[in-house]
Amino acid sequence: MPEYSWPPMNKRAVMGKSFDRLDGPQKASGRAKYSSDLNKPGQLFGVFLHSPHAHAKVKSIDISAAKAMEGVTAVRIIAGPGAELQWAGAEVAIVSAVREEIAKDAIRAIKVDYEILPHVVQEQDLSKVGSRAKAAGEQVTGDPDKAFKEAAAVIDGQYGCPVITHCCLEPHGNVVQWTGGTVNLWPSTQAVSSIGGDLAKQLEIPATDVKVQMDHVGGGFGSKFPSDRWGSEGAKLSKESGGRPVKVYLDRSNELTIGGVRPSAFAKIKVGANADGKIIAWQSESWASGGVGGGGMPPIPYVMTKIENFRLNHTAVSLNAGPARAWRAPNHPQASFLTCSALEDLAAKLNMDPWDLFHKNVEMSARPEVYRKQLVKAAELMDWKKKWHPRGAETGNIRRGVGLGMATWGGAGHASKCKVSINADGTIEVEIGSQDIGTGTRTCITQVAAETFGLPMSAVRVKLGDNAFPASGPSGGSTTIGGVSSSTRKAAVNALEKLFERVSPGLGVPADQLEAVDNKIQQKGNPAKGLTWKQACQKLGVDRISEMGENVPAQAAKEGLNTLGAAGIQMAEVEVDVETGIVRMRKMVAVQDCGLVVNPKTAASQVYGACIMSICSGLMEERVMDRVTGHVLNDDMEFYKLAGMGDIGEIVVHMDITPENDKRGIIGLGEPCAIGGLAAIANAAANALGVRVPMVPLTPDRVLAALSSDRRNA
Amino acid sequence: MQNFEYANPTTLNDALGLLGSAWGEADVLAGGTDLLSLMKEYIHSPKRVVNIKNIKELGGISKVGSGLRIGATVTLDELSSNAMVKQMYPSLAQAAMEVSSPQLRNMGTVGGDLCQRPRCWYFRGGSGLLGQDESGKSLVATGENKYHAIFGSGPAWFVSASSFGPALIALGAKVTLQSASGKREIPVSEFFVSPKSNGEREIALKPNEILTQIVIPAAGKNANYEVRHREAVDWPLTAAAVNLTMAGNVVKSATVVMGHVAATPWRASQAEQMLTGKTINVELADKAGEAAVANATPLSGNSYKVQLAKVAVKRAILRAAGIAI
Ligand SMILES: Cc1cc2nc3c(=O)[nH]c(=O)nc-3n(C[C@H](O)[C@H](O)[C@H](O)COP(=O)(O)OP(=O)(O)OC[C@H]3O[C@@H](n4cnc5c(N)ncnc54)[C@H](O)[C@@H]3O)c2cc1C
Repeated sequence: MPEYSWPPMNKRAVMGKSFDRLDGPQKASGRAKYSSDLNKPGQLFGVFLHSPHAHAKVKSIDISAAKAMEGVTAVRIIAGPGAELQWAGAEVAIVSAVREEIAKDAIRAIKVDYEILPHVVQEQDLSKVGSRAKAAGEQVTGDPDKAFKEAAAVIDGQYGCPVITHCCLEPHGNVVQWTGGTVNLWPSTQAVSSIGGDLAKQLEIPATDVKVQMDHVGGGFGSKFPSDRWGSEGAKLSKESGGRPVKVYLDRSNELTIGGVRPSAFAKIKVGANADGKIIAWQSESWASGGVGGGGMPPIPYVMTKIENFRLNHTAVSLNAGPARAWRAPNHPQASFLTCSALEDLAAKLNMDPWDLFHKNVEMSARPEVYRKQLVKAAELMDWKKKWHPRGAETGNIRRGVGLGMATWGGAGHASKCKVSINADGTIEVEIGSQDIGTGTRTCITQVAAETFGLPMSAVRVKLGDNAFPASGPSGGSTTIGGVSSSTRKAAVNALEKLFERVSPGLGVPADQLEAVDNKIQQKGNPAKGLTWKQACQKLGVDRISEMGENVPAQAAKEGLNTLGAAGIQMAEVEVDVETGIVRMRKMVAVQDCGLVVNPKTAASQVYGACIMSICSGLMEERVMDRVTGHVLNDDMEFYKLAGMGDIGEIVVHMDITPENDKRGIIGLGEPCAIGGLAAIANAAANALGVRVPMVPLTPDRVLAALSSDRRNA
Repeated sequence: MQNFEYANPTTLNDALGLLGSAWGEADVLAGGTDLLSLMKEYIHSPKRVVNIKNIKELGGISKVGSGLRIGATVTLDELSSNAMVKQMYPSLAQAAMEVSSPQLRNMGTVGGDLCQRPRCWYFRGGSGLLGQDESGKSLVATGENKYHAIFGSGPAWFVSASSFGPALIALGAKVTLQSASGKREIPVSEFFVSPKSNGEREIALKPNEILTQIVIPAAGKNANYEVRHREAVDWPLTAAAVNLTMAGNVVKSATVVMGHVAATPWRASQAEQMLTGKTINVELADKAGEAAVANATPLSGNSYKVQLAKVAVKRAILRAAGIAI
């Protein structure tokens, strides 16, 4: 058995070092080509006709006028007579034409007669959703009623966060061509190795007939795994148009309407603690919606899962709105927000610093020691003990406050296969059916290969984004870095062993006594006895060494290359103008548990980006549904508000890179850092204002309403 | 987008000859930052588009008497970086700077800003200028209206989009509207109108006219304040512009105009009266803010804007008087 384990931390020359993204200059200069940038010769444009009604049945559809338009090559009906449409924006038909403008004019020429059905699109007020509510069974542990009676302090709160979308810079879509027996797909996907098979199923052709290629993807965040209508309908349009390639991309309005959402989460929460702040009882009635399918219960109580007495009730609400898709750490930001908000309110009731309350109660988490250390570190970086004050201590027009939120995540590597080749000129080629969704996957794979061969980054060429390469898992669940690093490591070690075997006789050193370091192959620890890397590879002549490596999740933990479990603490400091209700970020601190970190810079970038997403959802981001028309009203980037540079404040990222964490192997990072920020911001506002704003984002209307109800209560 | 004819005249006379007698025949194109979206969304489908950016006489900022003439195609960037504008009309320069996207400031023009269409999501979504369903019922009143009007008696509930409107009215500016048959000069306060039907416009411009210039007289102490949710490019939730004619420390006369609170910029005469004859301080500014919103009639979801309008007025007054906010 070859030795695959990672080289010791202090011996690594390339891994663990901060490298800029290899594709950074290409992306920043616009030279990087996303699938949405492609314009193939003879390309057509596909445009959907979307349902104008939130809930309707198609009575009849007439496409003849569209078909007759000059420049239109094909028209396809997606929802024929009898089809029930469950949200405004649902695809009804699709047109391909020689120009996008013509396709857009053509869909307006399609005549559809709808039977309009009643719709429900808002779920904030559960009492108004009628039969759309589906209760899940009650879960009870211990004796919550008794515990509440015995509690020294009990709080009763209501909290909510609305549906938000993924807002990928590159919307959903693809270029696709079906000609002869082959479908060429240039997608925007998080799943290069599986999307082809998916499309093949929809087209009822063999998976081997679908060729997938993608160099870059402009954001996915969980919303770009399957092959969608733009793939299957685009392919059919292509076939019907004589095999010309068809580009189908959602525009921003459709992207925000049907490109996927993160489900909302609301809850009435009651928590009880004894006098010294230990939580003894929890009760929650939660509800959520991510569209017609309703919405599951976020994992509450979050992190402190060992509370002894609790009662959980959840209701899924079916709405006539675009469907949910996985959104960076599905259900965790919501769970963290609901739980940590309630706990902050509890601390206020007990006149306790919430830091102390959290510090005490992490005893009930799976990893108390880690959270305690992180709480200490985060407090130090935020200067928490100096900045925190009891509620109501701030009385001016501009009030500051601090808050915290917690996170937990898995992040073990996914199944991944990889082929590594050593060429006679000394270059290394890595082929892997993975994708770089902007996280730095290319760069990290290059580092792993360079480290294994004792070479500089420039000697390694990584090829990904093609389903002809060995299959690697989809980029979801923070599983990519563990999966691709492990398969690359194993393939590289396997290839290196083969090279050792080649040069061993000449050197007179047994293969298992050789090592590759510093551009050399040498007897272990003896630079005098060796060859330069170049000389060694020349021995291959016209040959090349190609070896496979595979990460098998069930075995990974034993091998120690990757594992799971990432905790995190985030803190926020905000400033609120109580005359306008406008909340501004001052500072965020993210203390992130991790394993072996391949590239501290790209890892920290994940955390920065996650903090910014939390700021968006904490302060401004929400989908606005119109109860009357059932439409998404803010289907643009003007009123679907995201933070800009000036809205972000200072962000301090602390990656917990230590020898003991390093020993755990690689753990995914994309999602755990996107969880705690929302709760931290909401809690910071509560601390600043002296009153809870029950619902995020903290828009001026909500902040002012919370302040005036506080005044009325006082 | 419907096909259209593109015209690129270099003289005002040529341009005026290319305009139509009814809306929908021709649209004037300045920076295009609004018109292009309107056309892509099928809100406007003109048969002809008349570019006015190559007409020299529509550009430039120059002194006229003790005031300034600003050409219609002056960009927001030219306006906000012009030394005379900054010195004489800080309220205008502030309003231009607050359009916090360099791209918009580089492309957008002053004339285009005054003539831009409302951002009401029902209008932009295709439900007509007044945002009504087929039966004529207001979608704004029954639906989502958190960014809509808090003043006025309808049926228009959108808010006038231009940040320059309130500032120019406070400064007593006039616009020149020219057609092939002649020109008229009207106060900016009469340029903005509250339409009663979907066929009308929210400005006094006629389909055969071009807004050629703005003339602003000498001003008193003036300032603009906008309440914005985001630092990044965003629309004001409310705004106020103030122009104070002073006699020493005492306000001789005041003009206070609120923005983004009604279908037109909204004059706050009660606030003006409250300031007249007095010396500005925080307390007075606060009271004036309160007076400005005393008659507000918010919709179902925007009563918070009453407070924001009050704050905008208060802070604009303090800013004009040079008192820290
Ligand atoms: C995200 C966003 C935020 C914004 N924020 C603000 C803001 O805070 N405050 C603000 O005031 N604006 C704001 N704007 C609007 C922006 O300032 C305007 O789009 C711009 O000023 C319009 O100028 P333009 O030259 O590009 O007009 P165009 O798009 O060329 O024209 C707009 C309209 O005016 C007509 N028109 C233009 N010039 C003339 C003329 N001389 N005579 C007759 N008709 C004419 C056109 O026919 C068209 O109907 C924002 C825009 C966006 C997209």
